[in-house]
Amino acid sequence: MSFEYAPAPESRAVVSIKPKYGHFIGGKFVAGSKHFPTVNPATEEVLSQIALAGKAEVDAAVKAARKAYTTTWSKMSGKERGKYLYRIARIMQERAREFAVLETLDNGKPIRESRDTDIPLAAAHFFYHAGWADKLEYAGLGTSPKPLGVAGQIIPWNFPLLMLAWKVAPALATGNTVVLKPAESTPLTALLFAEVCQQAELPAGVVNIVTGDGSTGALIVNHPGIDKIAFTGSTEVGKIIARAVAPTKKSVTLELGGKAANIVFDDAPIDETVEGIVNGIFFNQGHVCCAGSRLLLQENVAEEVLHKLKNRMEKIRVGDPMDKNTDVGAINSKEQLAKITELAAAGDAEGAERWSPACTLPAKGFWFAPTIFTGVTQAHRIAREEIFGPVLSVLTFRTPQEAIEKANNTPFGLSAGIWSEKGSRTLWASQQLRAGVIWANTFNKFDPTSPFGGYKESGWGREGGRHGLSAYLKGVSHE
Amino acid sequence: MSNRIDVKKTYKLYINGAFPRTESGRTYEVKSAKGAFVANPCLASRKDLRDAVVAARAAHAGWNKATAYNRGQILYRIAEMLEGRRAQFVDEIMQVTGVTKMKAEKEVTDSVDRLVWYAGWTDKIASLAGSTNPVAGPFYNFTIPESMGVVAAIAPETPSLLGFIDAVAPIITSGNTVVILASTKAPLSAMTFAEVLATSDLPHGVINILTGKKEEIAPWMASHMDIDALDISGLPAKLHAETKVAGAENLKRIHSFKSADPGRIIAFMEAKTVWHPIGL
Repeated sequence: MSFEYAPAPESRAVVSIKPKYGHFIGGKFVAGSKHFPTVNPATEEVLSQIALAGKAEVDAAVKAARKAYTTTWSKMSGKERGKYLYRIARIMQERAREFAVLETLDNGKPIRESRDTDIPLAAAHFFYHAGWADKLEYAGLGTSPKPLGVAGQIIPWNFPLLMLAWKVAPALATGNTVVLKPAESTPLTALLFAEVCQQAELPAGVVNIVTGDGSTGALIVNHPGIDKIAFTGSTEVGKIIARAVAPTKKSVTLELGGKAANIVFDDAPIDETVEGIVNGIFFNQGHVCCAGSRLLLQENVAEEVLHKLKNRMEKIRVGDPMDKNTDVGAINSKEQLAKITELAAAGDAEGAERWSPACTLPAKGFWFAPTIFTGVTQAHRIAREEIFGPVLSVLTFRTPQEAIEKANNTPFGLSAGIWSEKGSRTLWASQQLRAGVIWANTFNKFDPTSPFGGYKESGWGREGGRHGLSAYLKGVSHE
Repeated sequence: MSNRIDVKKTYKLYINGAFPRTESGRTYEVKSAKGAFVANPCLASRKDLRDAVVAARAAHAGWNKATAYNRGQILYRIAEMLEGRRAQFVDEIMQVTGVTKMKAEKEVTDSVDRLVWYAGWTDKIASLAGSTNPVAGPFYNFTIPESMGVVAAIAPETPSLLGFIDAVAPIITSGNTVVILASTKAPLSAMTFAEVLATSDLPHGVINILTGKKEEIAPWMASHMDIDALDISGLPAKLHAETKVAGAENLKRIHSFKSADPGRIIAFMEAKTVWHPIGL
């Protein structure tokens, strides 16, 4: 006798998607000139037509942000600024289901994740930062911390609303105004967030949202009226931005790529570890910069872990993101699917061994089965390059020193995982690892109070916690 | 007065605790404020820089692992050694820069005191720059700042000793190792300071000192893939943009500073956040 899951679809009746959207500038929606489609990656259905911001729109948004900064936001007391952020947090909670459904339709991630992770965390970021607005002089970042001015913020498609919250909440709490560009393929929740700003009666121009592609992003990065650039995305684009702003006075924070090692020592609690490995690489289809994409297994437990991991992967439910039972949803775009496919093919070509559980993928949409590669060496592309998909590269080690050497053998340094029941070993390993976030006996945990960001080529600066505030304040002694 | 001929010093580089000449065989002339010949220090090359980075990288693991208390004592020891040689530094500063004796004495005094100030920071900075984070879940979560690795620095032209110490001291306080290019026109105090370091229990390779030309060495510092961060306080402003462009290749952390404060230490530290579940 076998148990089957009956379909448990979330209703999309809670959202109404307009056929066409404009930009949100100076507190109002303004019509765009050119448009491009945004699609549901699970069905390839065109959800809406999105405006492509050019120079005129970006100029208007920067102008609105500057005006709001000079006339309103920088003059308002922290206490009052904070209350606007609290309002935003509350409205996001009230409209959480609407945000979750919209996020899943536009992004392809399982409704369970958008409902339980993305949206609650986004609201929590506003709630947390609201409380900082009138306490900045106690943050240990100078006795008279001052905002930078207008922040240009460019966010990715993997956690659209959450990344918006990571950028907008600290910027507003510290007294900056923003021009935000959501990712080309996932603009809908940012546009719904614009409505939240209206409902919160946020002064016009404090938040401006322009939609578009990389060309719009470049206009923001190079705009002379912007004081700060905050970017989350690829290391490749991060370096382009670092070079572009080098001759300017702009300050910059970058949250870039990763190739995290998830290290399993032989005294690890194996069943919990297997759950952690699955969460580390298959959460959000592996579209996670801090994903545990390199599994390092101590040799004497490698066979047991792999056996249990494969058993567990047989039970992963891949399919309709709107189904409340779905574990792994759709790949966000055709382009991303092509990239994952190409890198997985390189894994085959370089001699690693591919394995996926038997699973039927939907005929329409963009899909990639959860995949592991064993027999991976450090020279393989799948051990060096960020795949940004549900593909795990498995390597082995004998001694703890070897594990650390392999883990640190990457230009990235965003995150790492450690699985062990021995406290002193866990703390030793967390000291040795060159990464900004270390998860010990857990993985992919996020919280507004917890600084997030990378070493080396994973970026500049931290987001979240007391540390994240400094990204939006003057008054630290360095430039 | 005797007719004794004084014994003059050859100024060399300071790499990995030794005093090598530049591999390039090049020197340049340093003159006194009045225009008289003073010394032929090394005109360091790209190869010297690379050797210094190798030494700094090798020294990082040990220095980073040393306890903050130990690092503090060594920084204090450097201050002790400098204090004992005040007169020599005063003479060299006066000779090359032409400042009054009173001004030179103040610079040396400030330099000693600055080292003492940084010595006291080694075991306090993590308490200020770190945090425990009350996450919404059953996790123990804390953020610890730690050293970045190898930091390169360009010392300002003047003050040649105090500016040099303001560059190296905050870098090594947290456990980084450093490769620094001394003042071009007034490199004597930096090179004599190397002798102070050599007698201060500082592990070899923690501070490596080059003399030469900023416009020649800075681009190699910026593009070197095994340098993690760069202090360009002593680099002319017109060279900042191109240095930052070159440094973007490995996303170096590049900063410049106007004063001595704890922010200089924190700027060359990385915040590491560790999560661990709480449970029975």
